[in-house]
Amino acid sequence: MADNLFRALADATRRTILDELAERSGQTLFEICARLSTRHGLGISRQAVSQHLAVLEAAGLVETRREGRCKFHDLNTAPLRRITERWPVPHAPNPEDSTS
Amino acid sequence: MKIHLTSVFVDDQAEALRFYTEILGFVKKHDVPLGEQDRWLTVVSPEEPGGTELLLEPARHPAARTYRDALVEDGIPLAQFAVDDVAVEYERLSALGVRFTQKPLETGPVTTAVLDDTCGNLIQIAGLPQ
Repeated sequence: MADNLFRALADATRRTILDELAERSGQTLFEICARLSTRHGLGISRQAVSQHLAVLEAAGLVETRREGRCKFHDLNTAPLRRITERWPVPHAPNPEDSTS
Repeated sequence: MKIHLTSVFVDDQAEALRFYTEILGFVKKHDVPLGEQDRWLTVVSPEEPGGTELLLEPARHPAARTYRDALVEDGIPLAQFAVDDVAVEYERLSALGVRFTQKPLETGPVTTAVLDDTCGNLIQIAGLPQ
């Protein structure tokens, strides 16, 4: 599972898909493709986007649900917690707070 | 050459005529009986009565269902209609009970949204640069 997570995050296009889903969860494949092409200039096929989504889904970062005849993709950031559980982030003071 | 007519497959022509006229605001142009149950049924924009006609074609062909289901699953619209302001139309149509599969999305100079026409298709509305 961890391997799936890191593999999913290793690709810039997949990170962009997560960014766009963070802005609005619940997108169709069509909307994701429109965002990638018009906002990021990524001219990739629907099939390629589908494959990226499958990788994100395998990592648990994207979940799909059916509503009527449509399929929507939602963001789930819960798997990211495993990263900080494996390499805990120290509770250091914020650098901006420690300038005194 | 110019685009005179384009079509969408609809489950029920009477219901489609109601949605396209009463909800979206098009006006009926031609309504000619064809056979026992079908009609040559077209609508046009009130802003362009002599403009491109939209044919509301019965989706009786066995391939039509497969084709439309596959497109709807992925959220792909079959036609695009221009509106002055997508946000205003989104509010107006939502208040009338229209379901959107994509809320208004700004992509550079163009804003789009995608709605369910209740007749089996998704339709995109677009606000284009003036």
